[in-house]
Parts: sequence; C-alpha cells; structure tokens
Amino acid sequence: MGKKLKSKMFFWLFLAPALLSFIIVVVIPFFMGIYYSLTDWTAIAGIKPNWVGIDNYKNMFKDIAFQYSFIRTFVFTLLSVMTINFVALMLAFLVTREIKFKNFYRAGFFVPNLIGGLVLGYVWQFIFKSVIPQIGDALGIDFLSNLLLLADPTLTLFGLIFAFTWQYAGYIMMIYIAALLNVPQELIEASEVDGANFFQKFWNITFPMIAQAFTITSFLTLVNSFKQFDIIIALTNGGPSDIYKEQIVNSTELLAVHIYNVAFKYNNMAEGQARAIIFFLVLSVVSMAQVYYNKKREVEM
Amino acid sequence: MTLRRKLVTYSLTLVTLILFLITIFPFFIIVINSAKASLEIMTSPITFPKHWGQLLTNIKIIWSKPTIRYSASLFTSVVITFFSLLTISIFSAMAAWVLVRTKSKASTFIFLLFLSGLIIPFQVVMFPLVSLFRIINETTGIPMLRTFHGMILAYIGFGAPLAVFMFHGFIKSIPKELEEAATIDGCNKAQVFFLIVMPILKPIFVTIIILNAIWIWNDFLLPSLVLGVGQDVQTIPLAIRAFAGSFVKKWDLIMTAVLMAAAPIVVGFLIAQKHIIKGMVSGSIK
Repeated sequence: MGKKLKSKMFFWLFLAPALLSFIIVVVIPFFMGIYYSLTDWTAIAGIKPNWVGIDNYKNMFKDIAFQYSFIRTFVFTLLSVMTINFVALMLAFLVTREIKFKNFYRAGFFVPNLIGGLVLGYVWQFIFKSVIPQIGDALGIDFLSNLLLLADPTLTLFGLIFAFTWQYAGYIMMIYIAALLNVPQELIEASEVDGANFFQKFWNITFPMIAQAFTITSFLTLVNSFKQFDIIIALTNGGPSDIYKEQIVNSTELLAVHIYNVAFKYNNMAEGQARAIIFFLVLSVVSMAQVYYNKKREVEM
Repeated sequence: MTLRRKLVTYSLTLVTLILFLITIFPFFIIVINSAKASLEIMTSPITFPKHWGQLLTNIKIIWSKPTIRYSASLFTSVVITFFSLLTISIFSAMAAWVLVRTKSKASTFIFLLFLSGLIIPFQVVMFPLVSLFRIINETTGIPMLRTFHGMILAYIGFGAPLAVFMFHGFIKSIPKELEEAATIDGCNKAQVFFLIVMPILKPIFVTIIILNAIWIWNDFLLPSLVLGVGQDVQTIPLAIRAFAGSFVKKWDLIMTAVLMAAAPIVVGFLIAQKHIIKGMVSGSIK
C-alpha cells in the first residue's frame, strides 16, 4: 500500500467516530427537519408526509400563542442577560478582591450550576409556593405572605429569571474571574496614583480590558436564556394562564416550551418543526448581531 | 492598612457572605425538608425537622418507589455519563488532531462543518432525530430509542462540535517537532497520538470532561425524547420528572428525591473541586 493512501486512510479512520456520530445526530436531522417543516408530517410510523409548502409557517404567524410566546421569550432573554451578567460580574469582583476564604466562596457560588434545571425548578417551586409565604408569616411581613409568585402571570416571569440567575450566575462568574485576573495590575495602580476613584477605574480600565469576556458571556447567557426549557417545565410547566389579544395563553410558555407543546401536547409535529426552524433563524441572527456589535467594542491589546 | 481600606474590606466580606447565604439557601431548604413527613412539611417548611430519623424513612421510600427505581436510574445515569464522556473526549481529540495535522480542502470543510454544529440549537433537530432513530431501527433492526447506545451516540454527536473546537485550538499551539521526533524513533501514527499527544492534552481533557459531565448528568430534554419519560431505561432527571410531575405534589418525598438526585454530583464536585475551578477558569478564556 502506498504511503499516501495509508495516510489518507488514517485520516478518515481517526475522524470517523466523531464525524459519523455528528452527521447522524445533527447534520441529517437538520436537513430532515427543513423538509418536514414543509410537509404535514405526523411522526406516526407508516404514514408518508405530504408536501404542503409554507402552510405551517403561515399558520405559525397567525397563531396568537406563538406571537405571545415570541414576545415573552425576548423579554425573558433581555432581562436574564442583564441580571445574570450583573450578578456574575459583581460576584467575580468580590471573589477577586482581598477577602478571606475567596476560594471557598468561588466554589460556593458555582455549586448551583451543578444542579440540573429540572431538579432546581422543583426546588424553587417549593420555595416560591411554601417557603416565602411562611417567611412572611414568621416575620409578620404581609407582602411576603401574600406574594404568590407563581400564580400571577406577570410575576411568574420574574420568578423564572430569579431561579435562572441563581443557577447560572456562578458559571458566568468563572469567565469574569479569568478575565479580571488578566487585567494588568500596573494599569490599575497607575490610575490610582493619578487619583481615579472606584467608578473611574472600572469604566476606563477594567471594563474595556474585560470586553472580550463580555462578548462571550453575553453570547452564552443570550443563547441559554433563549433556549430555556428545563427550569420552566419543572417550575411552572408553562402556566399560569394569561389573556393576550382576547385569547387564553400560557404566560411562561417561552419558545422552547412552545415548540415542544405544539408538537406533543397539541399533536402537531410539522408545525412544531416549522417553529423550531424559525427559532433557529432568529437565534442565529440575534446572537451573531450581538457578537458583531460587542466585537467592535473590544480593545486590541 | 488605613482605616478606610479596612472598612472597605469588611463591607465587601459582609456582602460576599450575604450573597453566599442566598446561594446556599435552597440547599438548606432541601436538606431540612427531606427529613419531614408530609404534614410537617406543609405546616412548617422553614423550621428544622422534629426527627432527623425521618430522613432515613424518606430515603427508603424513594429507594423503593416503583416510578423512581432509584438504584436502576442511578446506574443508567452513571453508565451513560461515563461512556459519553469517554467517547466524546477521545473521539473528538482524535478528530481534532488529524484535522490540524492534515492540510487539505477536506479537513478545512470538515472543521467548518463541526463549527456549524455550535450554532444549531437542539430544538431544530430533536424531532427529526427521534424519527431518524426510528428509521434506523426499521431498516437495520438495531434499536436506537430507549437504549444506552442510542443515548451515548446522541451525546457524542452533540458534544463533538465544542470538544473538537477546543481541542483544535489547543493542538494548533503544540509544536510539530515533538511528533516528528517520535516518528523518527519509530512510533507509528496511532502511537504518536496516544503516547505523545494525548498526555499533552490533559488540561483540555479535564475541562471538556467537566463541562460535559455537568451537562450530561443533568440533561432532561434529550433523554426524555430518546429514552422517554417513565420508560424502562431512565436517567435520574427522567425519574424525578416521572415522580414529581404526577398530579399530587408530595413535597416531602420530592425534596428527598431532589436531595438524592443532587447528592452524587455535588459530592463529585467537592472531591474534584480544585480541578473543576481551575478547568472552568482556564477553559472559559478560550
């Protein structure tokens, strides 16, 4: 066997396990998905899907529940990105300072991230439903006693954001820690000599220096907020009901949950698939725009 | 230290402590409520339990619940997570290595193909994946749904893009001379990879294994589609869903189940804590 052929065989042999799995699990289903979204696919074995063109897409945009879910997902994502990054940056600041037990705190803030969204959703459901009203009673604070976070369609979204921030901020904190440790100490000291106060130091030195981390963290929080599924399933399961354009809708049925429900609960696989394709397009555009915008602001070292 | 500096340090420490207490509060709630009976948890969810012995009773109930099948679910979770981590990391490292060391149109295209996997959300491929698994079963007779190997194959496919990307970046920085020297000493290509390259990749292996371990252990949506909720083969999140998602909310037992679901990974974290924190910090700047 020629040396060249041997080396070519070796290339494909080493590549095959990862590449074939990826093709079977992602590439083929991706193209199948595009095709299915243009048919009346039912996922029932033995029934051949018929071509329907863009009917599924037309129905989607007419669907009030979809419109509502779309808007809610944007609101949830925007607020989550802000709160998670704010909390994470604050935590990172605190644990890179000269305080005692900072390694212990770093580990502690990371621990919620180990618990899966499904499991922690049940924990927060219990806290919101039973624990907070009890604390209100014990302290005599009526506001807390009557705070039914999961019964009010407006408040529930904040409950979700709170639980998600609790879980995810420690992970994002790790990225900020890495970035903060890379900020040259001489720059900070030089500015201190010049008499800069805390906020001046932050805005003019630290913030531009960690801009690269900021691009990554915004991207990660944006994508993960947009795709949120597990916490919602366990915490609210989409509820409680709300009224939108004179129709009953589920107040926390964000896009990922909406797609799942359309496919399984309302038994419409093809329409669920069409919504998933739109989900993909919107997420790609929004996340790429975000990365492009942030990249422009990064300082070159 | 000046008085002002001291004051700042003290207040920062205090703020950190308060945030830390908020962070661990839910864990505290889980632990104290796992040791209560159903009446006690309804009336006093924020006090310490009357009898800690109730914890053992609750654990026994969860252990023997036919819907949770705790020991079987734990076994399934461990097997799936272990083999997925092993295969994702080794297969991705192998792929990334040949992609870096082979300069050709094919290798560039394949690398870009893997990268495209990073932006495809799971929601787009999940329904067709189930459908494809069913087609594979019908045409080849190999069952893919509700099986261990189907689940592991799915994790390799979804885990490979990020792992290949991270290995690729790392391998590019390894000097080629090292591998050439090994070739002159008589190593064949496979030996070069397994004996020379893999040991150098250790830090990135650790990072990839940690990231994937947390994801795979806790994953719910993918196993719920491939294995199904309440079916024979179930991971721990599926078991929790089957139990807690049922109509009656038995909070005392749900809390115990949550405790038993979280315990393995939290214990694992505490043991390997140093590596995990280091791996997270070094992996995150990439």
